[in-house]
Amino acid sequence: MNKKIIYEIKGMYRDDFRITGYEFGEGEKSVCIVGNSRGNEVQQIYCCSQLIKKMKQLEEEGRIKAGHKILIIPSINSYSVNIQKRFWTTDNTDINRMFPGYNLGETTQRIADGVFREIKDYEYGIQFTSFYMPGDFVPHIRYMKEGFTTADEAKKFGMKYIVERKVRPYDTATLNYNWQVWDTKAFSLYTNSTSRISKTGAGQAVLSVMNFMANNGILKYGAIGEKNVRIIDDGELISVRTAKSGFYEPLVKAGDKVEAGTPLANIINPYEGDILETLYSPVNGVIFFIHNEPLTYANTAVIKILGDE
Amino acid sequence: MVELVTSVGLPIDEKLMIKKNRILPSNGKTEGMKRISVVTGIHGDELEGQYVCYELQRRIELQKEMLCGIVDIYPAMNPLGIDSITRGIPAFDLDMNRLFPGNIDGNMTEYLAAGIMEDVQGSDCVLDIHASNIYLTEIPQIRINELHADFLVPLAKEANVDFIWVHGASTVLEATFAHSLNSIGTPVLVVEMGVGMRLTQEYGDQMVEGILNLMSKLGIWKGEVKEVRRPMISKNPDDVSYLNATASGLFVPAVKHGARLAEGELIGRIVDPLCGKILDEVRAPHAGLLFTIRDYPIVDEGSLMGRILKEEVCIYE
Repeated sequence: MNKKIIYEIKGMYRDDFRITGYEFGEGEKSVCIVGNSRGNEVQQIYCCSQLIKKMKQLEEEGRIKAGHKILIIPSINSYSVNIQKRFWTTDNTDINRMFPGYNLGETTQRIADGVFREIKDYEYGIQFTSFYMPGDFVPHIRYMKEGFTTADEAKKFGMKYIVERKVRPYDTATLNYNWQVWDTKAFSLYTNSTSRISKTGAGQAVLSVMNFMANNGILKYGAIGEKNVRIIDDGELISVRTAKSGFYEPLVKAGDKVEAGTPLANIINPYEGDILETLYSPVNGVIFFIHNEPLTYANTAVIKILGDE
Repeated sequence: MVELVTSVGLPIDEKLMIKKNRILPSNGKTEGMKRISVVTGIHGDELEGQYVCYELQRRIELQKEMLCGIVDIYPAMNPLGIDSITRGIPAFDLDMNRLFPGNIDGNMTEYLAAGIMEDVQGSDCVLDIHASNIYLTEIPQIRINELHADFLVPLAKEANVDFIWVHGASTVLEATFAHSLNSIGTPVLVVEMGVGMRLTQEYGDQMVEGILNLMSKLGIWKGEVKEVRRPMISKNPDDVSYLNATASGLFVPAVKHGARLAEGELIGRIVDPLCGKILDEVRAPHAGLLFTIRDYPIVDEGSLMGRILKEEVCIYE
């Protein structure tokens, strides 16, 4: 293992800002894994820590195949994590909207550039990422439809669900999108949580990355993975929206199978306690995403269901 | 007449309401009349447009009989942001100016954006007034996406700004309020002036004269208007140079905003208050106009401290 500083900015009163990478193996740049870019993505750092622990063991056991280099960067935004702020500490910009970056630009453009120079030549790129809304997901792998990453490549993670995402204008400055522009096959790995640690979710993420590397001949590892993979278009997920705002009381959890008509959540009058609204499943399917905060706004997709095939 | 543009219920005993004031001619007739919309407050920390909304209405009221069209004033697109000194939409941490055109069937923020779009579209001219951010001060200027330059530059020339900056198209900017409306044929001029969290009354007054002139050109205002400034126009990315900090520290300016600089002239210093040392001297890479200057003194490495328009472009048309 080679631990190295990938990018550094001198702090004024804070300690210097550092982005640290962990390299395993030697040779072609095969796989790069990036953890958090936002200050609330704690699970994403935890996943990387577990992955690094596992890779140390595999490297010591000689199970990284010759000619492959793997780089893991647990955090590209430690400054924000340390002050519990989601975006960049001084100007509130999102590093994951600054790629490919610009070395003469503003601070977060420079950070993006510093990271991207180091990681753009890898054959595969995996980012542990999060949804903009607080909630729990069924773990899955995502890739952008218009890139050259394919479903067959995504299947190598051995995850049950693969989501194909249509590119939106705001995606074009993300790491995932720009990796693809520079010929890296890029994936976003969603674990089940973001701001809280889920050991099971992290274990699944580590296993998925192991599967992917084993199936690409990078690791000697007994990959098994899911046989019945389902490929989903992101427009296929059915949103269940609130009509009212108030306390939000979920009645199901991510991964639960539901039938059409199953009560999913109640919205409760915040002062008088009566139920303002009950949300019901419109279809038979699986709870793919569920909001996990105690309050909700109206017109909010608090639940996304994957309908049965 | 204050009208509700769109609203949504918040969890605890409150409604988020986006309001506008529609000002009509005294006779109440609106058939066939043109409409100008003044929009501001998409970013909750930009307040320069607040004064423009007030002052424009005050000026119209003084000569109400001169009004012969519709004026819609939208002072607070992001009311929660303005109330809480937050640039984006609080709780969601989303930039409202990346949500357009929105979706009436979408989540709360998309729903609000779609409601705003529906209300504003069809205006004969829209001014979307911004105030840079809390870090930088700007001279009154209009920024135009090159895709829409042909129909926006002639309007912008009537708006009494000092500078028109035609910039390249960017996919990320397709989700802005201005781009979304310009793409469907409602002309939107994006005004940047002053600085976040503050009012620059002089700029506000300048903008009000510009809006009255635009109203006059559109046939919405019959009153006398002052001759407007002839703006500098930049259409080439090389016209503007950016001054980014080479070190983290305290930026202490040596010149005033709007200074005409000679090549090599000292603009400011980045200093280290802990050790009392100068970390860098910021000098003009070429002669020109310092149209942007840093207002917030702390800089990180890379922070923008200013922008200079090249001397040869500093020609008022």
